[in-house]
Amino acid sequence: MAPIVQSSQPWVEKYRPKQVKDVAHQDEVVRVLTNTLETGSCPHMLFYGPPGTGKTTTALAIAHQLFGPEIYKSRVLELNASDDRGINVVRTKIKDFAAVAVGTSQHKSGYPCPPYKIIVLDEADSMTEDAQNALRRTMETYTKVTRFIFICNYISRIIEPLASRCAKFRFKPLSEEIMSSRILYICKEEGLNLDSEALSTLSSISQGDLRRAITYLQSAARLFGSSISSKDLISVSGVIPEEVVQALLAACKSGNFDLANKEVNNFIAEGYPVSQMLIQLFEAIVETDDISDEQKARISKKLGEADKCLVDGADEYLQLLDVASNTIRACCNMPKEFSYEG
Amino acid sequence: MLWVDKYRPKTLDHITVHEEIAQNLKKLVTEQDCPHLLFYGPPGSGKKTLIMALLRQMFGVSAEKVKVENRTWKVDAGSRSIDIELTTLSSVNHIELSPGDAGFQDRYIVQEIIKEMAKNRPIDTKGKKGFKVLVLNEVDKLSREAQHSLRRTMEKYSSYCRLILCCNSSSRVTEAIRSRCLNVRINAPSEEQIVRTLEFIGKKEGLQLPSDFAARIAEKSNRNLRRAILSLETCRVQQYPFSSKQTIPPMDWEEYITEIATDIMKEQSPKRLFQVRGKLYELLINCIPPEIILKRLLYELLRKLDAELKLEVCHWAAYYEHRMRLGQKAIFHIEAFVAKFMSIYKGFLIATFG
Repeated sequence: MAPIVQSSQPWVEKYRPKQVKDVAHQDEVVRVLTNTLETGSCPHMLFYGPPGTGKTTTALAIAHQLFGPEIYKSRVLELNASDDRGINVVRTKIKDFAAVAVGTSQHKSGYPCPPYKIIVLDEADSMTEDAQNALRRTMETYTKVTRFIFICNYISRIIEPLASRCAKFRFKPLSEEIMSSRILYICKEEGLNLDSEALSTLSSISQGDLRRAITYLQSAARLFGSSISSKDLISVSGVIPEEVVQALLAACKSGNFDLANKEVNNFIAEGYPVSQMLIQLFEAIVETDDISDEQKARISKKLGEADKCLVDGADEYLQLLDVASNTIRACCNMPKEFSYEG
Repeated sequence: MLWVDKYRPKTLDHITVHEEIAQNLKKLVTEQDCPHLLFYGPPGSGKKTLIMALLRQMFGVSAEKVKVENRTWKVDAGSRSIDIELTTLSSVNHIELSPGDAGFQDRYIVQEIIKEMAKNRPIDTKGKKGFKVLVLNEVDKLSREAQHSLRRTMEKYSSYCRLILCCNSSSRVTEAIRSRCLNVRINAPSEEQIVRTLEFIGKKEGLQLPSDFAARIAEKSNRNLRRAILSLETCRVQQYPFSSKQTIPPMDWEEYITEIATDIMKEQSPKRLFQVRGKLYELLINCIPPEIILKRLLYELLRKLDAELKLEVCHWAAYYEHRMRLGQKAIFHIEAFVAKFMSIYKGFLIATFG
């Protein structure tokens, strides 16, 4: 292995907790897993929760703590969406790995080394249903020698039979204090200067996703040096400045289509992502006082539809224009139905 | 050589439009530490120029010695193996490819090829850079699956391989990828900036460029610098010396769409719809992307409409564009939009004039 240059490592990796007890804010999980470490017994597990809350970290940490660096390779199989995980892989690779029996462990390395292997299936929600079905029986047959850890964002994408075989752990979005303390710790380690305003901006734009917060922090540190203001953070995070959102909203409220169209054109030319705009527009609309609840509902409904269309790959300009025109109609209390629809 | 290529800034110091970004990028790479980057912005705003200049900054002149390679990759996909042909542009230190070209097989491209590339570490360790750079164009065209497979690959090989991603709309790039990259938004140059660039080129070429003419080109270009430079060159060929009254030739397809819009406004009947279909086909077989046709058509129609109708029409444009994306054949949806418009407009005419 070529030596890894320390500085080129992303902070996300650098500050990934190495031990289960260091995982922030997920008390329940940590409690169960510490117990596991002591007794060496471990159920199948399913970790789910929003991105950046420590799911992968926890899974890797427990595996490392159970087996230690020496036999880690032979005991842990880590598969994620970058590896092919079709039904074939489940039938061959996973099954083969799961079937191998392991000898009862030697305690000389100082690690518990329980007599089973761990298969970590990261991003399990992107596995096909067929592949998940193929796993059901495999899981049960080899319970003696293999434990599975599934990691996913959306538990609804895991088929019921799999979910019911696992102990489920929900990972909560990180609270602001926890996030702040972790970020301040990193700042101290890296010698950064972060004022309190920037800190609160960082926790609000990252919305409980610690990985995102750290990435923003590192990006800002790289671009702007060691003292970071909240403006720098906004510029690296891709959040749209508040005045741009307000300008579009004002144009919509004025009821002038051409004005709104111009704003939309400008917005697209500035290169901001429309999906982000929809999120911020939604917040702005919920907060404003001068439109009625019914109007807000009408606008929000459209925002949802537009978001779905964007996910389907529809054109950004047209969708935003549609949202703008709907907002105009709602603000001016025009009828819901189109007048000339034939 | 086209002026667009001739006057493309080669180094980060020469970049004029996004000076601040260029300086920041320079700071970034001189500190030896380059994260994954995601460039996004509208077409013609200078993403590629910045990327090339950045590569040059990282690796020196050797980044410019590129060779085009057409390789066939053998990929094992379960029971069968697939051959994927892909053109790459590579230098000693970087490889550039558009994975979107592989169509529905893009997932394999991402999984296998990128992995393989990432595993091949640069041999020359005494050089300062311990990593290679992989430039991926049009990541927004990657399928969702492919994007999913990219995310862990990015983390795993991050010490040996840096990715530079480039796309038009970052909405279509999944959150997971965006959060792993340093996002760089490239906005379209403002009209003044375009004028300044045009004047700069004019000076270099020894042309007399009237300032109001330059301003008109800039206005017509829709804040697309590439287009502005191209039309300047076209105008140069057509008539020189420039006069400020000189017409800037519009793109012929745009003219054609204007014609279609006029047709639609004149008469709304099945017969006219049939004629319009012929014209739309003409555009499609000339490889004008359907969404561009629809957008332009909307633009032309909006210019001619009453405010009341505009709101309605733009909703339907968005509706049918979305349908088009989900469906197979673009012509159905464009034509559906035209028919819808005709019926709305006819209804409006009847309601207004009886």
